[in-house]
Amino acid sequence: MIVAEQKPIRELVEMVKDFQKILVLGCKGCVTVCNVGGAKEVGVLASALRIWGRKTGRDLQVGEHTLERQCDPEYIEELRGIVGEYDAVISIACGVGPQFVSERYPTARVFPGVNTKFMGGAVAHGIWSERCAGCGQCVVHYFGGLCPIARCSKSLMNGPCGGSADGRCEIHKEVECIWDTIVRKMTEQGRLNELIEFKPPKSWTTARDGGPRSMIREELVK
Amino acid sequence: MSEFKPRILAFYCANCASSAANVSESMSLGVPAGVKMVQVPCTGRIETLHLLKPFEEGADGVYVAGCQEDSCRYMSGILKAEKRVAQVKRILEELDIEPGRIETFKLSAGKGFRFAEIASEMMKRVQELGPISGG
Amino acid sequence: MSEFKSGSNLEKVLKAGHFAFTGECGPPQGANLEVLKEKARHLKGCVDAVNVTDNQTAVVRMSSWAASLVLIQEGLEPNYQMVCRDRNRLAMQSDILGAYAHGIRNMLCLSGDHQKFGNHPESKNVFDIDSMQLIHMVKEMRDQGVFLNGQEIDEAPRMFIGAASNPFADPFEFRVHRLAKKVAAGADFIQTQCIYNMPKFKEFMKQAVDMGLTEKCYLLAGVTPMKSVGMARYMATQVPGMDVPDELIKRLKGAGKGKVAEEGIKFALEQIEEFREMEGVAGVHLMAIEWEHRVPEIAERAGMLPRPQI
Repeated sequence: MIVAEQKPIRELVEMVKDFQKILVLGCKGCVTVCNVGGAKEVGVLASALRIWGRKTGRDLQVGEHTLERQCDPEYIEELRGIVGEYDAVISIACGVGPQFVSERYPTARVFPGVNTKFMGGAVAHGIWSERCAGCGQCVVHYFGGLCPIARCSKSLMNGPCGGSADGRCEIHKEVECIWDTIVRKMTEQGRLNELIEFKPPKSWTTARDGGPRSMIREELVK
Repeated sequence: MSEFKPRILAFYCANCASSAANVSESMSLGVPAGVKMVQVPCTGRIETLHLLKPFEEGADGVYVAGCQEDSCRYMSGILKAEKRVAQVKRILEELDIEPGRIETFKLSAGKGFRFAEIASEMMKRVQELGPISGG
Repeated sequence: MSEFKSGSNLEKVLKAGHFAFTGECGPPQGANLEVLKEKARHLKGCVDAVNVTDNQTAVVRMSSWAASLVLIQEGLEPNYQMVCRDRNRLAMQSDILGAYAHGIRNMLCLSGDHQKFGNHPESKNVFDIDSMQLIHMVKEMRDQGVFLNGQEIDEAPRMFIGAASNPFADPFEFRVHRLAKKVAAGADFIQTQCIYNMPKFKEFMKQAVDMGLTEKCYLLAGVTPMKSVGMARYMATQVPGMDVPDELIKRLKGAGKGKVAEEGIKFALEQIEEFREMEGVAGVHLMAIEWEHRVPEIAERAGMLPRPQI
């Protein structure tokens, strides 16, 4: 899933301080799963904004709405007739959401309510971890099913570097050295010889380095 | 400021804290006027939004009275409540509202005196903080 | 020309079978050339080549190639360091061409410390290619005369290619394999991380010798004299992948007030003596961090002087 975290409320109220009618817009996709942008969080943020209104003596009207997904025009359409009622929209979907809303409703003032962090998963309740860098050319099978592009601080294809200590990365003791894990796993699988092979430079043409990406699937295009 | 009569909402656990409430009542120890008591089956089920809503609707303080950590009927209810109270403290802080307006208290079933004392303590604290509205 | 890969002094010294002695020099955090020239003066005549660090510990300093050129002007041979953190393959190749065109003949290929450690932690890192791929790229540029994309180079840069090895990082069992990868990728010489744990280094060297790696490349053992007990403690606890045994810290402490630096030098000299005799070790890389003025004395006492003239 796409993992996000809420922006500090202080930053959000600064963004919308000149508006009176504010819509907090949630998404039932990834951000609901990572407890940051679903209906529940819409309620909490809307309530916080109302408390701020009370504190600062503002006559705020805060609306709440949660879409099935904010990354699909069909659901964004649902806001027709709603967006126009508000001076500002705070989207608490990933970075895709505020853009889809902005693109569909050109006059709307749309603000991001969360910071989109990474593609990853929940490793424990309340703890998420990055797994994919979206490089566009998956290579995890060379590395015991683990991705050094996303998970090594230096994206080394031929690691581990000299900063690996006790299975931890040099940048922080709380960061796993994925190369340590890769070496251990490949050793256990009796595939160390594959790691000893030189891995040539990666082509980043399929990654963000190749420019903004899009994808067309002819069989699905109407 | 003497005109300020704080409104406080208290969530209290149906197990330990409510027994304490009974003991408190039997001791004729009342809670101050202005403290509205809401009994909940377990403080672990109090959501963040439940703690925010009272502030939205005019409360000046909120507290949760639940079990002691070692005697919670549902094992970890009060710990969950404590984390949510901490979250609301952070939200209030970001809105330049004193985080002391919300608190968690842990007490065992027999502490009737403490039950009444907590209410007075919160009342005194919020009284000193004054009203929320800056206007 | 054909006899040597690059014809650098370091290559000649090693090829002639001399026990090599290299030094290190961090470029200034500014455009002050006097600081650099002062360091160069201390090192001149004491070492076969001088490593010029590339934004070491991710702190901005004068560029490695520019400082290397200054060393050449001062009559020293640079070992031009390049890290993968700050440049993509375009910048790397163009810098290599420029460095070679101006007379730089040795190059040390490194991943580079993460920028988190440095004075611009907000920066974006590159890591387009890794150190292994950099080694291979420099080799292909030299031996095949082609850029990374296969395009022919009009006058290829002929570098004597160096790589680093840290025998003390984890996982230990894989370290010798990574060294083997670097040798296979094209490293002509290896400079190791500072060594303090001699038994562990010997174990590593035995593996390297058994695998025949020291016949395929020259391995220079890394030595950094401890200046103080504080430095030893810092290295032991704060520098990732550094192995400083407690006995060494005790020994330094035992030296008593005002004598710790001398004890640090003594330990370094004992190490150098041991490396001379150790199978597979072709030289010593002395990293006297901000202690360049003590290098002549260390070189003298280690019996490294005079340096061979080839």
